[in-house]
Amino acid sequence: MLSVSNPLLVVEHLTMRFGGLIAVNDLSFSVGRGDITALIGPNGAGKTTVFNCVTGFYKPTEGRLALARSGIAAAQDVADLTQSGAQHKQMPSGDIYLLERMPDFRIAHKAKVARTFQNIRLFQGMTVLENLIIAQHNPLMVASGFSILGVLGIGGYKASEQQAVEKAKSWLERIGLIDRADDPAGELPYGAQRRLEIARAMCTDPVLLCLDEPAAGLNPKESLELNTLLRSIRADHSTSVLLIEHDMSVVMGISDHVVVLDYGTKIADGTPSEVRNDPKVIAAYLGVDDGDEMNPAHGGAK
Amino acid sequence: MEVFLQQLINGLTLGSIYGLIAIGYTMVFGIIGMVNFAHGDVFMLSSFIGLIIYVAITQLLGLSSPMFAFLLALAASMVLTSLWNWSIERVAYRPLRGSFRLAPLISAIGMSIFLSNFVQVVQGPRSKSINGILSGTFNFGADGGFGVSLPYSSIVIFFVTVILLAIFWYIVQRTPLGRAQRACEQDRKMASLLGIDVDATISITFVMGAALAAVAGCLYLLKYGSVNFADGFLPGVKAFTAAVLGGIGSLPGAVIGGLLIGLIEVFWSYYISTDYKDVAAFSILAVTLIFLPSGILGRPEVEKV
Repeated sequence: MLSVSNPLLVVEHLTMRFGGLIAVNDLSFSVGRGDITALIGPNGAGKTTVFNCVTGFYKPTEGRLALARSGIAAAQDVADLTQSGAQHKQMPSGDIYLLERMPDFRIAHKAKVARTFQNIRLFQGMTVLENLIIAQHNPLMVASGFSILGVLGIGGYKASEQQAVEKAKSWLERIGLIDRADDPAGELPYGAQRRLEIARAMCTDPVLLCLDEPAAGLNPKESLELNTLLRSIRADHSTSVLLIEHDMSVVMGISDHVVVLDYGTKIADGTPSEVRNDPKVIAAYLGVDDGDEMNPAHGGAK
Repeated sequence: MEVFLQQLINGLTLGSIYGLIAIGYTMVFGIIGMVNFAHGDVFMLSSFIGLIIYVAITQLLGLSSPMFAFLLALAASMVLTSLWNWSIERVAYRPLRGSFRLAPLISAIGMSIFLSNFVQVVQGPRSKSINGILSGTFNFGADGGFGVSLPYSSIVIFFVTVILLAIFWYIVQRTPLGRAQRACEQDRKMASLLGIDVDATISITFVMGAALAAVAGCLYLLKYGSVNFADGFLPGVKAFTAAVLGGIGSLPGAVIGGLLIGLIEVFWSYYISTDYKDVAAFSILAVTLIFLPSGILGRPEVEKV
């Protein structure tokens, strides 16, 4: 297991069972702060289930998902928080959150985890710009006095809405969609919708951005643009990225750390070059004869 | 000509009340895709609340200005009805969210029966009435023949409806709350992953719908001066019809639909037959849905293949 010196998210013994089916089995890994961590594995390996646990879509059967918004969480603090039964603990060095205890909207709002899905889930009927403004809902809601003062035109609502629009526009500049700000999001081409989804997730100011197959269905040129976008997110923001991806050119090109799952269990964890040459990974992806898998010459390579 | 004008006034007045109720239907349907069959009874309940508070203020406290007392009763009714509707959503609909689609619908029908029976038991089966609160009228061309009378109450009802529509439209289109409501309408899961508290947003939608139903309930009182436990059903069904006719999910559509249903009903009663006035409204709905399935202002659902 790759040792991560400053982990943002520490997943420990995560297990997710659906009746008799074990989708994720005793999985532990860390997401480094400021890193791009890729989660790969064959279809049905349980990658999306891990995402669903991290973002609160599922409640894990077992395990702990501790997220430290900033600073290094001391093991003692995390243990105390686990004991106390609370959802989060305020720390001078940055709050700690136990994601498995929180409902999804609080994970997004308080712990600042954003995600995208395999299929595009933009608000198709809203304009491109509105899609980015809705992501800034919580700060705007406070600024508008929960919309009551906003209706009456009192307070700093106008100014903060202006700020939200500015931020949205700067993202549109970055993803090259500024000309289409007022078009319905559903009318954009596929690749542009993908970029818009990532920009929308970024507008929530996440500390952790979970991307579920962002390169799926992109042509090579679009896939390259995506790489550039993800690299610039890592360079310009304090956002860490957790990525599920099948496109190896994306995974190997941009990730700092790769975790490989197969049948819900972790089979490898390391830098891209380590993982690429791991015989277990090759076996999981390409399939091997039973005899080969048993071969000690391959098994000891981890 | 006088008769036509008179019926026009009557139709617009009635239609405004339908429109206000229809906004509640359309907002709730928009956000959770459920027809809240209890909404008509919430309207009836609000009317009773308004009436009780009005009587309490004028009789017990001896407030002499009927208009002022009415405004107080209206405000109180809006608050109390909102609380009722908030509780109804909490008790009868929220636990069923995520269950199969028909479950909350059946729960809503149950809630509708509960509300009308509750009021029947508590207030008795007879209509309760109060003296005219706002009884003045403008009269035009009344020399000898038929004149046209424009009651003050009709003017109030029509303009209150238009103003409330404008305010609610502004809330839904321009405020963060409205944006959250529209986001929940399109994809509740995604909205909550962007940090929107979906349950709270749905609760607020029920509260907004109830507040408008309370305005409609009190205006109904202003116009007719009496209310009965069964008065929720027919206006409720017609308001729902209005929401569908105008294009469900659209606020201006709900009011336009309401006005149309009101006008159709009144003109049909006068020119054709009073007995079949309810049939007329629903027949026109059926015809509209055949030729214009998404209603007058509804967005047609286009499926990409």
